[in-house]
Amino acid sequence: MTQLALVIDLNVCVGCHACVTSCKEWNTSGAAGYLSDDRPYDADPTGCFFNRVQTFEVGAFPDTQTVHFPKSCLHCEEPPCVPVCPTGASYKRAEDGIVLVDYDKCIGCKYCSWACPYGVRELDEHQKVMKKCTLCVDRIYDEKLPERERKPACVLACPTNARLYGDIHDPDSQVSQAIRENAGYQLMPEWGTHPANHYLPRRKTVIRIHADELQRADNPLKIDGKLPKPALKEPSLDDVTSW
Amino acid sequence: MTTAATETAAATREVKTTTCYMCACRCGIRVHLVNGEVRYIDGNPDHPLNKGVICAKGSSGIMKQYSPARLTRPLLRKAGSERGAGEFEAISWERAFALLEERLAKIRATDPKQFALFTGRDQMQALTGLFAKQFGTPNYAAHGGFCSVNMAAGMIYTIGGSFWEFGGPDLERAKLFVMMGTAEDHHSNPLKIAISKFKRDGGRFISINPVRTGYSAIADEWVPIRPGTDGALLLAIIHEIIAQGLYDRDFLVRYTNAPQLVNVDPEGARHGMFVRTEMDDADRSACFDPQDQLWWDRYDNRAVHTRSAGADPYLLGEFRLEDGTPVKPAFQLLEERVREYTPEWAAGITGVPVETIRRLAHEMGVTARDEKIELPIAWTDSWGVEHETVTGNPVAFHAMRGLAAHSNGFHTIRALAILMTLLGTIDRPGGFRHKAPFPRPIPPCAKTPKGPEGVQPDTPLGGMALGWPADPKDLFVDENGKPVRIDKGFSWEYPLSVHGLMHNVITNAWRGDPYRIDTLLVFMANMAWNSAMNTSEVRNMLNDRDENGEYRIPFLVVCDAFQSEMTAFADLVLPDTTYLERHDVMSMLDRPISEYDGPADSVRIPVVPPTGECKPFQEVLIELGSRLKLPAFVNSDGTRKYRDYPDFIVNHETEPGSGIGFLAGWRGKGGEKFMRGEPNPRQWEMYARNNCVFHYRLPPSYQYMRNWNQGYLEWAQRARIIRYGDPVLIHIYSEVLQKFRLAAQGRRPGRQPPEHLRERVATYFDPLPFYYEPLETRATDTVKYPLNAVTQRPMAMYHSWDSQNAWLRQIHTHNYLYVNPGTARNQGIHDGDWIWVESMWGKVRCMARYSEAVEPGTVWTWNAIGKAPGAWSLSPEANEARWGFLLNHLISEELPGADGTRVSNSDPVTGQAGWYDVRVRIYKATEDEPKETWPRFEPLEPYPGMGRVRRLWQAFVAGKREFK
Amino acid sequence: MNPAFSVIFLTTLIGAGQGLFLALYTGQVYALFDLLPAQDSRSFYAVGSAIALAFLAAGLVASFFHLGHPERAWRSAAMWRTSWLSREVIVLPAFMGTVFLYGAGHWLGWQSPLFSLPGGYPVDATLLLGAAGTLLCFGLFICTAMIYACLKFLREWHTPLTVINYILLGGASGFVLATAFSAAAAPAASGFFGGWAAVLTLGALTSRGASLVRNTRLKPRSTLATAIGVRHPRIVQKSQGFMGGSFNTREFFHGRSKAFLGGVKWGFLVLAFPVPLLVLAAGLAAGSPAILGGAFLVQYLGLMAERWFFFAQANHPQNLYYQAIS
Ligand SMILES: Nc1nc2c(c(=O)[nH]1)N[C@H]1C(S)=C(S)[C@@H](COP(=O)(O)OP(=O)(O)OC[C@H]3O[C@@H](n4cnc5c(=O)[nH]c(N)nc54)[C@H](O)[C@@H]3O)O[C@H]1N2
Ligand SMILES: Nc1nc2c(c(=O)[nH]1)N[C@H]1C(S)=C(S)[C@@H](COP(=O)(O)OP(=O)(O)OC[C@H]3O[C@@H](n4cnc5c(=O)[nH]c(N)nc54)[C@H](O)[C@@H]3O)O[C@H]1N2
Ligand code: SF4
Ligand code: SF4
Ligand code: SF4
Ligand code: SF4
Ligand code: SF4
Ligand SMILES: [Mo]
Repeated sequence: MTQLALVIDLNVCVGCHACVTSCKEWNTSGAAGYLSDDRPYDADPTGCFFNRVQTFEVGAFPDTQTVHFPKSCLHCEEPPCVPVCPTGASYKRAEDGIVLVDYDKCIGCKYCSWACPYGVRELDEHQKVMKKCTLCVDRIYDEKLPERERKPACVLACPTNARLYGDIHDPDSQVSQAIRENAGYQLMPEWGTHPANHYLPRRKTVIRIHADELQRADNPLKIDGKLPKPALKEPSLDDVTSW
Repeated sequence: MTTAATETAAATREVKTTTCYMCACRCGIRVHLVNGEVRYIDGNPDHPLNKGVICAKGSSGIMKQYSPARLTRPLLRKAGSERGAGEFEAISWERAFALLEERLAKIRATDPKQFALFTGRDQMQALTGLFAKQFGTPNYAAHGGFCSVNMAAGMIYTIGGSFWEFGGPDLERAKLFVMMGTAEDHHSNPLKIAISKFKRDGGRFISINPVRTGYSAIADEWVPIRPGTDGALLLAIIHEIIAQGLYDRDFLVRYTNAPQLVNVDPEGARHGMFVRTEMDDADRSACFDPQDQLWWDRYDNRAVHTRSAGADPYLLGEFRLEDGTPVKPAFQLLEERVREYTPEWAAGITGVPVETIRRLAHEMGVTARDEKIELPIAWTDSWGVEHETVTGNPVAFHAMRGLAAHSNGFHTIRALAILMTLLGTIDRPGGFRHKAPFPRPIPPCAKTPKGPEGVQPDTPLGGMALGWPADPKDLFVDENGKPVRIDKGFSWEYPLSVHGLMHNVITNAWRGDPYRIDTLLVFMANMAWNSAMNTSEVRNMLNDRDENGEYRIPFLVVCDAFQSEMTAFADLVLPDTTYLERHDVMSMLDRPISEYDGPADSVRIPVVPPTGECKPFQEVLIELGSRLKLPAFVNSDGTRKYRDYPDFIVNHETEPGSGIGFLAGWRGKGGEKFMRGEPNPRQWEMYARNNCVFHYRLPPSYQYMRNWNQGYLEWAQRARIIRYGDPVLIHIYSEVLQKFRLAAQGRRPGRQPPEHLRERVATYFDPLPFYYEPLETRATDTVKYPLNAVTQRPMAMYHSWDSQNAWLRQIHTHNYLYVNPGTARNQGIHDGDWIWVESMWGKVRCMARYSEAVEPGTVWTWNAIGKAPGAWSLSPEANEARWGFLLNHLISEELPGADGTRVSNSDPVTGQAGWYDVRVRIYKATEDEPKETWPRFEPLEPYPGMGRVRRLWQAFVAGKREFK
Repeated sequence: MNPAFSVIFLTTLIGAGQGLFLALYTGQVYALFDLLPAQDSRSFYAVGSAIALAFLAAGLVASFFHLGHPERAWRSAAMWRTSWLSREVIVLPAFMGTVFLYGAGHWLGWQSPLFSLPGGYPVDATLLLGAAGTLLCFGLFICTAMIYACLKFLREWHTPLTVINYILLGGASGFVLATAFSAAAAPAASGFFGGWAAVLTLGALTSRGASLVRNTRLKPRSTLATAIGVRHPRIVQKSQGFMGGSFNTREFFHGRSKAFLGGVKWGFLVLAFPVPLLVLAAGLAAGSPAILGGAFLVQYLGLMAERWFFFAQANHPQNLYYQAIS
């Protein structure tokens, strides 16, 4: 069975928000209609977005990590948001595991959003239906698009390629390999939701310099006669023995 | 339920390619249109720069295109209304042109320097510069002087190329990447692509920055440093690299002036100059650097011509020429210079621990030495030596305004360029790589006129408005050493101000020092806001009148696309098109989008028609040029030469028959030539068919070592990228600077600085880098103002111009001052508290936010998020105006100079604005103060012709501009 | 969570309606076994049912205000297999229908015994309808409560106490209402209802108190470390990614101070339990329907506060992601 998902590599995400606005742009212009904004030019502008990039600080100065953390619907394998929906508007597709909302069925009761621990569903305040990341279901199967572009808008936009996309049930897929080889993990595993989206942790590359690497025969100072040598007057064996 | 659903298949769908301009990075984009309306913008996968990716700004282009803040009609300030109040009447373009023509013609016929043209973060300096030159005014510059001229000058005067838009780190091959003072830079998307690949390939990334934001977030190591002290760090690293013998001796010998002998006779007139064998430097063409110096040969132990067959020079030592002149190799002088600059010394200044400084030096040196790359690419150097391989030492650096925007930045950046050279990483794989048209001679050939005689009525300027002085002769001053330019560029105050000093134009013109001007035309610069230092005062100056009740700057013209803070002060507002509505070129004559592997330039082609009566500024210039009969824009009989801007781009040649035009691609009658060739009437079409880019890939043997690559230099000379094909030897030791110093010391004949500037020039024109505290720090009571305050660019905002963007402003609606919690607690400040930030020059009230990602002696905020009430079509109550603030209110454009004079708050060598030198203190605001930022200005009202804003809500209904 | 008044009204109004129905039916059963004098079917049972029905209908109307698309509300019965909300949507009208029939039966006098229980107690249609109504009533309590109790990560709600509370609180308010009603319509029975009202109120106090105690002891299972998957004791959010608020900041945060929350808690503890009990006692002593009505009103206000607090106290793990703007 297929389970499509995003794998987000926190090791390279620079928090640029490209995935945020490219998602907004694609989805606002897409077949399912706009994502509304309120008070766009006034105090406290607000709007419906499917994807947000948040920033956390880990540790205290000077050992601080600045972690940028993009988050959209995780397309849980056990999505708590689905069974609670009274209308069936929220559903998980059998064929590819994408969790979707049927805007034509949704009554806007918000119950599914209560049932999602991750805070990724947003009610469109003007269309009054629940919305969330669709995994760009209207792109990934669109045969009119060239093969390369049958990917989510945010994935194509991401300048650092921090967003990998594919089938996490296929052990040979790029995403499965990335999860396997880079200790990919899920968010809030404690609730048994089994998010399909995974995150790859920060990794740290260090260079170790061994002391002897600073002492080399070809030290250029030698050529200029400047490699320090002990002064001739310093004590040596010649001062104490004569064989 | 949606508009989109009702759109039938009958809708016409098109995809057009052009070039993004939501920032200066210039990515290729595809604009998807439905029934002629912009529906979706994505990255162009076939574009060499961004390879299909796009950023947050680029993806929000729709909201810029359809922004209610757009200006759509020419506007004239209402008679009797105050500047700054923003009261306008709409007028016709014909009236606007007539006004301009009359005024400018009069100025040109009398005193052309009364007209000043300054442009901001634009990408058309080739055209604006041409216009200014043709007009005959010296008073022209773009944003470089307040942006990063230290980066340009510091590196170009050292290695003939630079970061910024001129070159960059080769992360494809690097193993160690050290980034200094960079947040979100120009090469925005390409750098992100590269850093991510680099990390995934196992490279090590170190960021040196007082703040951990931007790219630094994903660095393997963050080295917090006190602002303004990088020079000390770099010099200490150089100290350690030399002490450990970790420099690339072979590289220094072959490709730099390190082994050349310097006259160290303390009494001699040629003290500190290279010993030369052939001619006196007085006769040299300003950018021709003949190789007639001496080495001290190790084998024969005597002075020999550089590169004598079989000779190998000493880098260290002290020698005497036959005539008794004491000499030292330049490298010896560098070694002496850094001797006192120990890691222990630097630790106290920078706050970086001694062990870290040593380790950084060792990591750099050992990686460069032991991880060598050998590419099987044969090439021939300028001296005819054939090399079978190209070698790389894979340590790459990148640096930007964190180094540049300090008044000691020039020398800091020289130190960086020298460190990069010691490691042998210039234009080599894994190190720094040039982008065409770089490398250039040191210094580049372009020169300004040398005195007031270069400015004559009804005559083009007798030189370039901006140039690269090689010695005091090249300054643009009168016989008393006084500046000719309004910004005092190229004067003894800032001799190498190669990008001008835009940040002083308004103050100088207001004060009438050096003189007053009549008309100031500002294009694409928000000089009443974020590109002004001392913003509140500058706003007063713009509105100030002289004894006769006349405005001190009598006529102010602003060309902008939006209702910026600056437009409010204009007498005449010219509404520009957006980037989706106009033709544009990113020309080899300006800052093209070249790649490491060869030159590239690109264009914009309109994808939608202009909104309202918007007119591209390019067209305005062509029209004005034709009306004023500027030679480049008219035929010999005085008739108009170019129909419009596209026509100009295709047919304009720098000189008749030169074959050099704004675009390098598809030249020649049928588009068969590149770089040079006759005009091609179908050039635009050919760009359009090729993703709007021309990219010429050099053969691999021309891609590296270009400073000394015979094949490349000959090719570049033939392509007229450079005038001379001579090698560009790296200036570890800068004779150019020494010439200024000698003049200031009165030891050199010819032009002398005015007395009050002698010491200043003698001090700062040191041929070797040295560390000094930023000028402002020295003028400040640092006990009273203990903290450094700096800004950063947020990745999802471009300067001041994205607050009109309904999507981007949701990400940054206002800003905080970030403070290390330890520092804040000392002042009893809690996270989120309202505080005052105060410098010697002013104060602002804002909110504080704790952050562990900032060095305790530094506070910072996002740049240009705060807005004036009502500007940008925002409601006066918008968060930007109520809770957002500008740090600029705290930053002065001037500092006290010697003897009661004033000098610009700038680097004394280059005139680079010292944005990041300001010292502040912070304290809690009292409970009874309003919970609002201060200062706050009178709200602006919308101008005639601006879009209607529905304050309740706007839905971007499936691409339709629908306000409900 | 940010308490929504539509839901507060829905749950408290139908709770009272359900309780009132249970009271009526309890009265009828007691009367059947001669433990209570029989009441007039029209003026007591039928009118009482109408009052219960009015409460239920008002609740239903309130619930529509919670929906973005009330016109599609009919769709919400579809997923009864998995969704407690769907089940509630089915059970509530079924219950209302049954209450209607129950009231109608009393009004129309469907009193001919259909069969007799051992001991000769006659069973008529209203008794059967009442039994069905009682089952549905409890079903409805369970559905309503389970909507909240089934959400595992809303730990304040995820407990059997939530179901018990809904039953007891609804029951208490319904019985207080029944007391007031009976004081006017069937004074002889008001003591009976009042007694049960007191018992239920005290029971509700106990179970609600227990859940309060339980909730104060809850330790959040999700932390920033599990939310973003970084193991470190010191993680602080600097930016939630937007500044002007979003659905996630409006729906899940009450935006009130701790003190306000404490005030509401003590407010409902006082208004929903001791005060109504005292007023109840006074009203019974005085035999005054007005005073007893006052007891109901006070308790109802208390229950609204209780319901507000119920929502506000629930700390949604999603809130971990929405802590700071900058
Ligand atoms: N998204 C976005 N991109 C932009 C722009 C934009 O507005 N928005 N603007 C464009 C423009 S015009 C420019 S010039 C470039 C500028 O690109 P950058 O040079 O990256 O710009 P700044 O944001 O000024 O970053 C300066 C960095 O230097 C650090 N810094 C300050 N003082 C010191 C110091 O003394 N030492 C060190 N080591 N670091 C220091 C600051 O903390 C900050 O991280 O960005 C360009 N790109
Ligand atoms: N405190 C502080 N101040 C700084 C800096 C800092 O780091 N800290 N950075 C400095 C630097 S590096 C720079 S480059 C400057 C930038 O300063 P400015 O050049 O003033 O930058 P912008 O805010 O981008 O303003 C440019 C103007 O261009 C207008 N514009 C946008 N698109 C178009 C168009 O298509 N046509 C026309 N005609 N106009 C258009 C915008 O509306 C805006 O009014 O800021 C400087 N100011
Ligand atoms: S686009 Fe990529 S790098 Fe940028 S915030 Fe999103 S995931 Fe991170
Ligand atoms: S992340 Fe939330 S909305 Fe998405 S599937 Fe999981 S529970 Fe449902
Ligand atoms: S808001 Fe819509 S999708 Fe969510 S539970 Fe209600 S009906 Fe289902
Ligand atoms: S997959 Fe599509 S809908 Fe989901 S976050 Fe990315 S762009 Fe948005
Ligand atoms: S980096 Fe600049 S040019 Fe490139 S897409 Fe973003 S805004 Fe456009
Ligand atoms: Mo800049």
